[in-house]
Amino acid sequence: MTLQKRIMQKQILQNTALWAIVLVLIGYVFCRPVYGEGEAVELPALAQQLAGVKLKELPNLVGQLEVAGKTAVVPLFEALLNGDLYYRKVDRLVVIARLSPAGDYQLRDALLVTPLGRAEKKALKKIRISNRVRSGLRDAIARLTLFSDDPTLRRPAVANLFNRLDDDSVALLQSAAARETDTDILATIERALALHTLLVSPDIPAQLQALDKLDGSLEPVVRNRLAALLESTENTGATRDPAVIRKAAAVLHSIHADIEFYEFLETLFFGLSLGSVLLLVATGLAITFGVMGVINMAHGELIMLGAYTTYVVQLLMPDHIGYSLLVAVPAAFLVSAATGIVIERSVIRFLHGRPLETLLATFGISLLLQQTVRSVFSPLNRQVESPSWLSGSLELNAVFSLTYNRLYILVFALLVFVALLLVLKRTSLGLQVRAVAQNREMAKAMGIRTDWVDALTFGLGSGIAGIAGVALSQLTNVGPNLGQAYIIDSFMVVVFGGVGNLWGTLVGSFSLGIVNKFLEPATGAVLANILVLVFIILFIQKRPRGLFPQRGRAGQS
Amino acid sequence: MKPNNWAIKPKKLATKLNKLASKMAVALSSCLLSVVVCAADTIKVGVLHSLSGTMAISETTLKDTVLMMVEAQNKKGGLLGKKLEAVVVDPASNWPLFAEKTRELLTKHQVDVIFGCWTSVSRKSVLPVVEELNGLLFYPVQYEGEESSKNVFYTGAAPNQQAIPAVDYLKQELEVERWVLAGTDYVYPRTTNKILEAYLKASGVSEKDIMINYTPFGHSDWQSIVAEIKKFGGAGKKTAVVSTINGDANVPFYKELGNQGIAAEDIPVVAFSVGEEELSGIDTKPLVGHLAAWNYFQSVESAANADFIKQWKAYIKDDKRVTNDPMEATYIGFNLWAAAVEKAGTTAVDTVAKAMIGMTAPNLTGTTAVMNRNHHLSKPVLIGEIQDDGQFEVVWETEWVVPGDAWSDYLPGSRDIVADWVAPIKCGNFNTKTAKCSGQNY
Repeated sequence: MTLQKRIMQKQILQNTALWAIVLVLIGYVFCRPVYGEGEAVELPALAQQLAGVKLKELPNLVGQLEVAGKTAVVPLFEALLNGDLYYRKVDRLVVIARLSPAGDYQLRDALLVTPLGRAEKKALKKIRISNRVRSGLRDAIARLTLFSDDPTLRRPAVANLFNRLDDDSVALLQSAAARETDTDILATIERALALHTLLVSPDIPAQLQALDKLDGSLEPVVRNRLAALLESTENTGATRDPAVIRKAAAVLHSIHADIEFYEFLETLFFGLSLGSVLLLVATGLAITFGVMGVINMAHGELIMLGAYTTYVVQLLMPDHIGYSLLVAVPAAFLVSAATGIVIERSVIRFLHGRPLETLLATFGISLLLQQTVRSVFSPLNRQVESPSWLSGSLELNAVFSLTYNRLYILVFALLVFVALLLVLKRTSLGLQVRAVAQNREMAKAMGIRTDWVDALTFGLGSGIAGIAGVALSQLTNVGPNLGQAYIIDSFMVVVFGGVGNLWGTLVGSFSLGIVNKFLEPATGAVLANILVLVFIILFIQKRPRGLFPQRGRAGQS
Repeated sequence: MKPNNWAIKPKKLATKLNKLASKMAVALSSCLLSVVVCAADTIKVGVLHSLSGTMAISETTLKDTVLMMVEAQNKKGGLLGKKLEAVVVDPASNWPLFAEKTRELLTKHQVDVIFGCWTSVSRKSVLPVVEELNGLLFYPVQYEGEESSKNVFYTGAAPNQQAIPAVDYLKQELEVERWVLAGTDYVYPRTTNKILEAYLKASGVSEKDIMINYTPFGHSDWQSIVAEIKKFGGAGKKTAVVSTINGDANVPFYKELGNQGIAAEDIPVVAFSVGEEELSGIDTKPLVGHLAAWNYFQSVESAANADFIKQWKAYIKDDKRVTNDPMEATYIGFNLWAAAVEKAGTTAVDTVAKAMIGMTAPNLTGTTAVMNRNHHLSKPVLIGEIQDDGQFEVVWETEWVVPGDAWSDYLPGSRDIVADWVAPIKCGNFNTKTAKCSGQNY
């Protein structure tokens, strides 16, 4: 073989190899499976990289997953966002794990969401995320769920895109608008697009039209952008049509007026809510102090016992946290009422008619109860869980929402109040209680066992304190000092409302709550408290018997 | 009092009394003879932490930490050939009682060193006593600064080792432009917020982008404040809350944030008083993603930390107990003191205090803590995100250790003041402009 031939052969070989490579590449490009199947090849591998990923590399990986998986990764993203994404230590398989009632974890495939059996907590390692990853995930989920069939998913998606209005999100929103069926969501999308038009369109009639659409829109982004627009024309003299400027100012003004109105409602709700807490803690005292005349310094500790009862009930039924509060209410009533009856029988009845001694004795009892709780449960605060129906808020619009826990407690306080009123007005026990309160000797002469009535009345007041404790366990810390924070408030309300008058307690607690909350934004929380106290002191100077003084003989004694 | 106790036979009583008298005589004479140090056969370590009252929750842990360190040191053979003996007193969260108990420790028990205090007000109450009786106090909690005493070593963070790096982190990493400074109404939050406000303004943040809010101790109705924060944060710029809210008030605050729909990625809260101990036993769901700035987290992976956690859990006999930053500060303080005593060869306060300066000890996060001339430590600063198991995930840390600054550079009154306990200055309150020492150390 000549050299030439050899070289030629080599060239041919080389050429063939080259062609082969080109052909393979072309083949790969053309014969590659359609997109849906392609993702099936690389997506699990990508998802698998989540196992043990460094926090710094996570945002990048999330981006890749979004591109590769599209809507298929939404369950995975949501699990990651909620802290439900783990990997198995044995094979580093990324799984979605949720705590099962049995105490172990139920596993599901991270992508296919098919069950994968169970595992102990020890066998799993959590994939941890940071705030940066969280907000990235939120955005990604918004982009991916914008076209979902479920309107409850589309709503937050639209809200998210509205907040980050740029060319990409506008394009997404435009295509979403075309297929949106829910009028409410469609209106939000239109507002978002109108805002975009206003900001970028050179066409003045279009800008004016956009402003029409934006009138009354409460999203913070709208008023921020409008304010920025007005400010920029003022400062830099940007070229904007005066008609547009005038209209924008008018729209902004009306938005602000709307917001002010909702803020007023919100403050009113805060006041009512604070009032409802005051009502709950004071109602029991309105019975023991108002009706019986016992200065019970251990009232706060009876509230605390109610809160601890809630804790114990949750310990006993860990799988049914949602119902635990329903069980806790009667349980707390019984525990606190029993404690109250014991206190009355063992101490208070011997001090009848000696208020100073009663005060000191009950103060001692309050310290005793605190220390008992400290010894039994430890001085640390105990964890009382909030059922899911008590978390979150009822969103009425973009600026006005009511938190569920406060809302339920408001309703609950009123229910307790009505129930107590019925007991006092409609039952024979209530009749006897009122009789003893009005004239002990006469009641005795009529054959009422005043001793027995005293004990039951004190038990009733204490039991209601216990119920207040259940409600407070949802708002504040459950610890040995819980009661101390509320004892002054309860006395304040009862004295302000008028000793011995339940309606006075109702009006007193709500008015104090509302006054406090309207003062707070202006003066700060510390000064608001002081001002309310000063107000009450002055008020008592003028009307020593409170808002609704008891009239007649009982009032004189 | 049981009557049985008095039924000691007269002879026995006499011998007992004799023994006691001779012991006292020995102790007394030795004390009279050597002014510098009382030749006792043990080195006494005073522990001044509240074991009852409101602060007991936090301080009991530190008492146990000191006791654990003493036990470990004794296993290693003690110090200078002597055993260590812990003297525990209970100041019961009562500030004036702190001063009385300090006097008791220094005069009656003649302790060589005191580890103690948590709140600033308790430290301020102890300060005149340790200075008068020339005692030695190790203070292990983060505080507002503006102090440096000859007799106190501060092993917790000064504001520039916690608050300022936290603000830097929010600014640089999270691009925060609006600031809510929320705190409980007392000295630490007020001073810290004053420093932060000056720092933010110096770095170009305008007045209207800072909101300052104070609440009473144990505040539980956060509705309006959280609504205000929400409104403040809805103005289009990234907003963060810098929280010096203390103790129990934190849980209702975070709960209200969660209920009003403010997530950590919208408005992050960075706290200086929320650590592992505070998070144990509470429902952490509403806190996940919020931040805390400390010099130590239990979750930091280092050999020293793993050993420390193991030692702590074994000592306290409870696998669920956590470790926290003030515990690390106590650990560093104890080790520094032990090393200084070894170096000085005595427990005499002045000699040990001199030996302390420049002393180094490994901290639990893998670097080395140095005691500076202003009696403050150089330590790394870490920012962690709260996880749902009550632990922190470190998201940021300083590259080097940060020296603690006793007198803040951002307050007009203390800008020119430095603390330097080495000759020729030897002053906790030295004005560099007038070159004068005011003589007052706090």
